[in-house]
Formats: sequence, C-alpha cells, structure tokens
Amino acid sequence: MELDLVLLSRIQFALTIMFHYLFPPLTIGMGVVLVYLGGMYLKTRDPAYRQAQKFWTRIFGLNFAIGVASGIVMEFQFGTNWATYSRFVGDVFGSALAAEGIFAFFLESGFLAVLIFGWNRVGPKMHFFSTCMVSFGSIFSSVWIVIANSWQQTPAGSHIVPMTREVLNEHGQRTFDENGVLITKPWIIDGVPVMRAEVTDFWAMVLNPSTGYRLSHVLLGCFIMGSFFILSICSWYILKGKHVEFAKRSFGGALFLATISSILIAFNGHQQAQNVYHYQPAKLATFEGHFESEGPADLTLFGIPDAEAETIHMRIAIPGALSFMVHDDTSFTEPVIGLDKIRPEHRPPLWIPFISWRLMVGIGTFFIALTLYSYYLLWRGTLFKKRWVMWAYCVSVLLAVIANQVGWVAAEVGRQPWIVHPPIVTDTDNQPVFDEDGFLQYEKVSAALPDGSIYERYAGLSTTDGVSKAVAAEQVAASIVMFLLIYLLLGSVWIFILNKKIQHGPEPPEDGFAKNQSESIFQVGGEHDRLGLADAGLWDDPTESTDRGEQHD
Amino acid sequence: MSREGLAFIWFLLLAVLLTGYAILDGFDLGVGILHPFVAKTDKERRLVMNSIGPIWDGNEVWLVTFGGALFAAFPEAYATVFSGFYLPLMMLLLALILRAVSLEFRGKVKSPAWRQVWDLAFFLGSLLATFLFGVAVGNMMLGVPLDAHHEYIGTFWMLLNPYSLAVGLLGVFAFALHGSIFLYLKTEGELQQRMRRVMWRMFYVFAVLFVIMTVWTTLTVPRAVETLHAYPLLWVVPILNALAVLNIPRAISKGSEGHAFLSSSCVIAAFVVLFITAIFPFLVPASNDASYSLTILNAASSEKTLGIMLLIAIIGMPCVMAYSAVIYWTFHGKVKLEETSY
Repeated sequence: MELDLVLLSRIQFALTIMFHYLFPPLTIGMGVVLVYLGGMYLKTRDPAYRQAQKFWTRIFGLNFAIGVASGIVMEFQFGTNWATYSRFVGDVFGSALAAEGIFAFFLESGFLAVLIFGWNRVGPKMHFFSTCMVSFGSIFSSVWIVIANSWQQTPAGSHIVPMTREVLNEHGQRTFDENGVLITKPWIIDGVPVMRAEVTDFWAMVLNPSTGYRLSHVLLGCFIMGSFFILSICSWYILKGKHVEFAKRSFGGALFLATISSILIAFNGHQQAQNVYHYQPAKLATFEGHFESEGPADLTLFGIPDAEAETIHMRIAIPGALSFMVHDDTSFTEPVIGLDKIRPEHRPPLWIPFISWRLMVGIGTFFIALTLYSYYLLWRGTLFKKRWVMWAYCVSVLLAVIANQVGWVAAEVGRQPWIVHPPIVTDTDNQPVFDEDGFLQYEKVSAALPDGSIYERYAGLSTTDGVSKAVAAEQVAASIVMFLLIYLLLGSVWIFILNKKIQHGPEPPEDGFAKNQSESIFQVGGEHDRLGLADAGLWDDPTESTDRGEQHD
Repeated sequence: MSREGLAFIWFLLLAVLLTGYAILDGFDLGVGILHPFVAKTDKERRLVMNSIGPIWDGNEVWLVTFGGALFAAFPEAYATVFSGFYLPLMMLLLALILRAVSLEFRGKVKSPAWRQVWDLAFFLGSLLATFLFGVAVGNMMLGVPLDAHHEYIGTFWMLLNPYSLAVGLLGVFAFALHGSIFLYLKTEGELQQRMRRVMWRMFYVFAVLFVIMTVWTTLTVPRAVETLHAYPLLWVVPILNALAVLNIPRAISKGSEGHAFLSSSCVIAAFVVLFITAIFPFLVPASNDASYSLTILNAASSEKTLGIMLLIAIIGMPCVMAYSAVIYWTFHGKVKLEETSY
C-alpha cells in the first residue's frame, strides 16, 4: 500500500480521533455519576456524597482538559486535511457543528468552572445545577456530533446541486447586466461541474434514518465507559483494602448504571444492525463476512475472512441465524444481501470491520454476563469477597475503552469507500434495486453541461475525493509525527497523574461541622480560615495543590 | 430574507464571534505571555495562572464556535484558509494543546523541574498561538494566491512575509498589554505594584508598533482604506481606536485601571472591525488574480442553512451571554489560592 495523501490523511484522522475519543465517553459517563452524587448530597446532606463527588470531579476535570485540548484538533482538521469534503458538506455538516458550539460547548465549559472551582463560592443548589448543566452540555454535544456523522451514513433532508459562481471582473468586483441583475454562471472546472450538498429540510437532516439508533448506541457506550472506569478504580480499592467504604458506595451506583446500559445496548445494537442492513447493506455484509446472497444466511461467530477467495476460512457459524437477525424471520431462510451484490470498487475493506465488530459484540456480551453475575453475588452477599470478580472489574475499563473505539472503527471503516454514503436505490416496496450486472444500485445525481451533455455522479462523496488539494503528503506526514509525539506525551502524563490521584484516593469525609450547616456561608468562612494559615509557608501550603498530601503515599 | 442579506449578516456575526474571542481569550493569552516575566515565586506563578483558571476554557469556546460557524456559513472560506495555512495551523493546534494542558498539569506534581516544564509550555503555547493569529490576519489582509478551485497555491514560506510577521508582533504586544491590565485588576500587593511597571512598558512597545503598523498598512494594503472611503461613516472606527489607545495611559495614570481594561478591549474590537472592513467584500482576497477571490456571496452556504443558523444564533447567543455573565460574576474579585486552584 502506498503512503499517499489519502492514506496519510486517513491515518492522521484515525490517530487524532481515536485519541480524542478516549475522553468524551469518560466525561459523558462520569458526568451522569457526578449528577447522581450531587443530587444525593442535596437530598441527604451526607458529607460522604460530597467527598465522593469532589474526588470524581478532580478526575473528571483532568479528563475534560485533555478532551478539550485534543478536541479542537478535530474541528480544525476537517478544513486542514479534508478541504474538498468540507466544501461538499459544509452546508449540512457545518450547521450541526456550529449548533454544537453554540448550544453545548458554551454550556459545558462555562459551568465546568463552577463545578470544579466553585465548591466554596456558590451554594450546594447552584453547584448541583452546574453539575447538571455540565453533564447536559456534554450529552448535548454528542447529540450534534452524532447527528452530523449519521447524516454522512444515511443522508436525508438534503440534495446535491451544481453550484454557480458570480462573474467577477479583473478587479474582483461582481458584474451586473443592463437590468442590474447579478451575472452568474455555472461553476465548471475542466468540464466537471462543482457540486455540493445543501440542506432542504433541517429536521429531516437532524432526524435522518440512523440518528436515533446511533445516538442511543453512542450514549449507552459512554455510560458503560464511565461506569466501568469508576467500577475499575473502586474494585482496585476493595482489593487493596483502601477507602473501602467509599469504594463500595461508588461501586453500587456505577454497577447499576453499567448493568442497565450493557443490557440496553445489546437490544439497541440489534435494532441498529437492522437499520445498517437497510441503508448500508455493504457495511453489514462486511461486519458479518457475508459473501453469498442466498438464504438461509448463517451467522459467523469466528473465522478468517478472505476477500480474494470471497469466503471465510475455518468458519464457525449458527445456521440461518443471520436471516433471523436481519429480517426477524422465524423460518431462518430469508436471503441476506452479501458482498457478491456489491461492485468490487464499492466494497469496504474486510478485515478491520470484521474484527472490530466481533470485538465489540464479544465485549458487550461479557459485560452483560459479568454485571448480572455480580448482582447474583451481591444478593448472596459475597460480591466484594470474590477476588477474581474484583480483578475482572479492574481490567474491564480497558475492555470498555476497546469496545467504544472498535465500535466506531467498525462504523467508519464499514462505510468506506464513501465519506458521504450515497443512498441505495429502492423500489416502491422499499426493496433494494439491482442493476443489469446484478449489483446493488446507489443513487446518482446529474447536471446538464453547457454543451448539452449530462454529467452524472453518485449522490455521495468518496473518501479519496475528500482530501485537501492544497496540502502535500509530506506536510501530513509531519503533522502525524507531531501528533504522535504530543499524544504520547499527553497520554503518559495523563496516566501518571491519574495514577497519583487514584493512589491518593478521596479525602476523608468532613466532620459534622459541614454536615449540619446547610448555609454555605459557614463553609466559606472555614475555607478562609484555612487559607489564612496557609499563607504562612509556601511548600507547606495545604492549598498547594488539589492533591495535597499524596506525596506521602 | 435573501441569501445575500443572510450572508452579510453572517459575515457580521462571525466578526462578533471573532471580537468576543479576541477580547476574552486575548487577556488569557496575554497573561500566558507575561507569565514567566512577571511572576517571581511559585506562589505568584500560581496566582497568575489562577487569575484565568476558571474562565480560560469558556473563553476558548469562542474560537471553537467561530470555527464551527465559519464551516457552516462559509464552507469555501473555511476549506481554503484551513488547508492553505496547513503548517501554521498545525503549529497553532500544538500551541493551544500545550497551553490547555499546562494549566491542568502544572499543579499536580510538587517538583520544581516539573513545574518549570509546564510554565515554559504555558508561555510558549500562549506566545506562539497569539503570534500565529497575527500572521494569519496579516496574510488575509494582503491576500493569498488562489487557483480556480479557490485552493491555495502558494508555499508555507510565502506566509512568513515581513508584513504578516509584523502583524503577529503587534498581536503579541496588544494581548500582552491587555493581559497586563487584567492581571493588575486581579492581583494585589507587591505583585500588583510590579504589574503597574509592566503595564507601562507593554503600552510603550504597543504604541510604537501601533503607529508603525498603521502607516505600513495604509501603504501596503490600499484595500484597507478603500472601504473606509466608500463608507465614510466607518472612519469613526479608526478615530475611536486612536482615542481608545490614548485613553489607556490616561486611565492608568489616573488610577482607574478598569477603564484602561475597557479601552484595551475597545482597541482589540476596533482591530477586528478594521480587519473585516479591510477585506470586505471578500473573505479571502486572491493576490494573484482578483477574479479567483472568495467573496462573501460565493463562499456562503445556501439561503436555507444561513437562515437556520441565524435562528440557532438568535436562540443560543443570549443564553451564552447570560450564563457567561453569571460565571464571570461568580469568579469576580482578586485571585486567591484555594483548595481547588491549579
């Protein structure tokens, strides 16, 4: 494979988004837990909840900072590396991105200040409100970004139109005809009309056919990530016999969220697969390694796919199960469209989606088994004594990270070679239409050229056509090296600081003083007193760092 | 409303977002640029960082939203500028990442060496980001070579021309001045007394650069004055700008630093307005062949998208203003070190 501009740009995008996507799921998932803890504190005034919220907020703040720092890269690189794509989709995709900025980011980062720095500046109610706004903002930002992504998978509420240009004179001024009407002409370069997608119906774009399934899938994935992150730290404390009371308290809440989310995501995943089959059959066939379109279609559990020979070696499969999964067909015989119905140049790469998909489903199944078994143990009263279960939770955060990452990999590689997937042609019964060669047909759009001929293109955009033309491969290569180095640095420091925070653990709950004072003014007074003492010495300053005392561990 | 009218409104709204960003993150970046020079002890460095601690993140959202709005309202301009300025933008990203994480990381380990590293990252990130913003503005003023696809056809080195580098320098001192006044307002005692000297120094350097760049711009970018001649009412902007610059030393010597801060905010706002009048009616002027230029109309999205986005802005921006005000109020007053400080 040649390291050309397209491949390098794809590597750069994959690198930056996979690094970035470590953090939003953590903050979205943990945000829900922070809301729960803050709400419980408001209700019970039990200082243990406040201390737990403080501890998780510190880790939340760390994750958030790196999420923001790596997230700004994402917005910029649409323009830097994928300029042609940006020109094509800006009208549609851009509006979702701008809505994310105005509606979500301001909310999130504004109230984050109150959440992190406002403990002694605002009352508990305002603090709880800020916690809710941060959580709401982070969820809302995922809503807009998933809408934007889903539109690329199942474009709706938009059409592709040839563009016109104002005729500019040599001074760059617009020209008008004798009636004062602006002179425009079709924008054609080298015989090819320049076209782009434009919004026709905003709500149809927002609620495009895959948004609902994909959004709930992503959010459930985030809840799984956040809850397993907390479960993993808590189980480690339990194993080490440190902060056990705190750990058990947080464990209970997180286990509930993890169990519900793991079960729901399985149902949601099934529906989403049917949705994918309906709109992007090539993607589902790649996930399943399904070549032959005949029924009954078997469900491959394991195997080694071979794109050249169009078969799966050493295959273990459940007969007819794919027919049932895709069509809810209880006779287990309904045919399922396979890769043989997709033009070879329109087939996604096989290996990466095939493996990613299996990993995600496998990890999801394991999570259901683990959490349900944990509830059984909880009922027996032996959960926290089963060391192997605690160890399983310790490492499960890594599995959650992998599941979230490979889920996206499967979704994004599975739509290749399209960056904006063209809709498939369907007949009046909503059944896919095949061309004379027996291949699935994708929708096309056309434009009349001045010479009377008709220009035709697919109603989508291929990834190859999306890259920046003004950028050289060496520049992208240099930026990849830069991001690799900076992300290695950030990743190591993140793990280092995270480890310090975890080793240090939560502060012991405040004494009865705070518990009996609902008026925050007393807490401010207490804080000031502490500050007064603190000003005396520099390094002994108890306010020196948010993690005071951890050096002694 | 017509597509033309909506596109013009979005041109103005982007200017508003840019102004908001430049004023708010301007003092953040200025604080970062001054950080190693004004803070002597570790405690002072913490005070300087924490003066922007709770608000820098929200301030930077103005840039993110500006980027998103540019993408949506003028996709052609977004694509042309971002891919054309590829390497400088990658350096800008590096600078913004370093600045963001240095704030978060610095306080987490109690080792002088560790802190020095992140102090340096904070300073370099702030300096480089500011400088690159200025260089980008300089190049947009001059115009860049484009082809029929509106793709940038120049080289990286062409972006580093003397005029644009000088604009970058002006930007650095404008933000440093802005940041020094902000720090004066947020600090007390000895550190605050030191900031008084810093404010004066920054003002002198800025004033000299301001005069040089005003002359240089009128000589090199005739377009900058053309729009002012076409709409004489706009002359009020450079005049108010000059008055605002002059008001800074007046306010400082009178001891009303709050007014000085207001004046430096006005100076930055005037810079943004002068910048957009200089490029109007273009978004990206082509330096090689004017007919390849990106104008407000030919770079804009469809009427539908511009209208929807306007609705989003009308609903969203008042909310943003409201809770930004609440949050600034929450953290008003002199900076104090607390348990949760960086």
